[in-house]
Amino acid sequence: MSQKTEKLIDKKGLRLDGRKPDELRPIKIEVGVLSNADGSAYIEQGKNKILAAVYGPKELHPKHMALPDRMVLRCRYHMAPFSVQERKSPAPSRREIELSKVIREAIEPAIFVEYYPRTTIDVFVEVLQADGSTRCTSITAASLALADAGIPMRDLVAACSAGKIEDTIVLDLMDMEDKVGTADVPVAYMPNLGVITLLQMDGILTTEEFEKAVNLAIEGCKKIYAMQKEALKAKYVSVKEVEE
Amino acid sequence: MPTFFERRQLVTPGDLLAEGDYVAGENTFKEDDKIYATRVGLVDYEDKKVSVVALRAFYIPRVGDTVIGTVVDVGFSGWTVDINSPYLALLRASDVLNRPFKPQKNDLTEVLDVGDLVVAKIVSYDRTHNPQLSVNEPGLGKITRGQIVKVTPTKIPRVIGKKGSMISMIKQETGCHIILGHNGLILITGKSLEDEELAMMAIHKIEEESHTTGLTDRIFQMIKREKEKRELVKNESKN
Repeated sequence: MSQKTEKLIDKKGLRLDGRKPDELRPIKIEVGVLSNADGSAYIEQGKNKILAAVYGPKELHPKHMALPDRMVLRCRYHMAPFSVQERKSPAPSRREIELSKVIREAIEPAIFVEYYPRTTIDVFVEVLQADGSTRCTSITAASLALADAGIPMRDLVAACSAGKIEDTIVLDLMDMEDKVGTADVPVAYMPNLGVITLLQMDGILTTEEFEKAVNLAIEGCKKIYAMQKEALKAKYVSVKEVEE
Repeated sequence: MPTFFERRQLVTPGDLLAEGDYVAGENTFKEDDKIYATRVGLVDYEDKKVSVVALRAFYIPRVGDTVIGTVVDVGFSGWTVDINSPYLALLRASDVLNRPFKPQKNDLTEVLDVGDLVVAKIVSYDRTHNPQLSVNEPGLGKITRGQIVKVTPTKIPRVIGKKGSMISMIKQETGCHIILGHNGLILITGKSLEDEELAMMAIHKIEEESHTTGLTDRIFQMIKREKEKRELVKNESKN
């Protein structure tokens, strides 16, 4: 069913939505959008629209799941039925369960889990509209929601994908590029500490291409990181203004 | 040994605050001589100590803290109390009753029931055990009247002020008795509802403007203005 109706990269070297190969999609981030959750964040990355909410730390129920020496991080990645073109069943699919685990493991290194034993943090990621690389966008939003909830963190986690389409290594794949392209490399990164917390690869790349893709994704993460910080500070700008 | 921010500048988790011979204070962590922030807040450099005053945090119990909590469960030998923290606190019946009691005979709900508010002190807490409370001191025990105000736990020091200047001023001006729970809950008891409302207003203003200087004076002025306004209304209604 490979329907290569249109070329992913035109003669000028621009992609379907007019981006250069190393360009991110336009990003809009807002922190603290939900009043009932302890922390929350909303992000739009191109056509991706993702909401993340955090509860906790709190006592864990059922109690036997609590760990005596560390906090338990729980995460649910969920796609709304209207997030894709064909209605998606709201029941958690195999893919969603896997992504929940992937996101959890990508944000866990940022949290001081050993500070608050016997407690739990719940992270909820709701994809309202999906357009490729949702796992990366989700990680970006989830780490902001955690910071908004006042949970001590080593660093914010920024995530971005890179991939290969028509022999070119490109940054921040969207849905069509992900489906038709040859490879997809999602990377989550803590820029201040220089730590990669998620690295996956789907498709075929040579060693050199892989290295190039990872480096490109890390550059993308750094750009997203700057936007994350800005969004986090924007919530408290009013506080600063009063101060001056 | 540089520092990378001005005092009172807004920082986010992961920001490099200082490098070299510094001590990591609250809401920071040290790795290879570098000190990073762990929460959103305002930096503070004090001699060799680098810390962050968090803008958003939750309450972690400390032995000796006074807290205000809600009873959420009544057990055979005591109560479980929600103290606005990740950990639930325990209050033992023997501590409250101060006399021998038998679970078969005494009904604990007569003393404290679910939903009751208590002022208590934390007597023990560590990583492996939930905090234990005591009400065996004057001023502690069940709350029977007054108003409760909730603020972010990190802002309690601001409500107290330098050497208690802020809180003593509010107490004096409004004539209310105020108990500050370190967990972010504040109990106000006054002679009349009006006095209590005035104190509540002052505390809300402090929470909103907690990072400004000369706040004590402005709160003082605000209370004075409010009092005058109310005096006017009263006189008018008399006439």
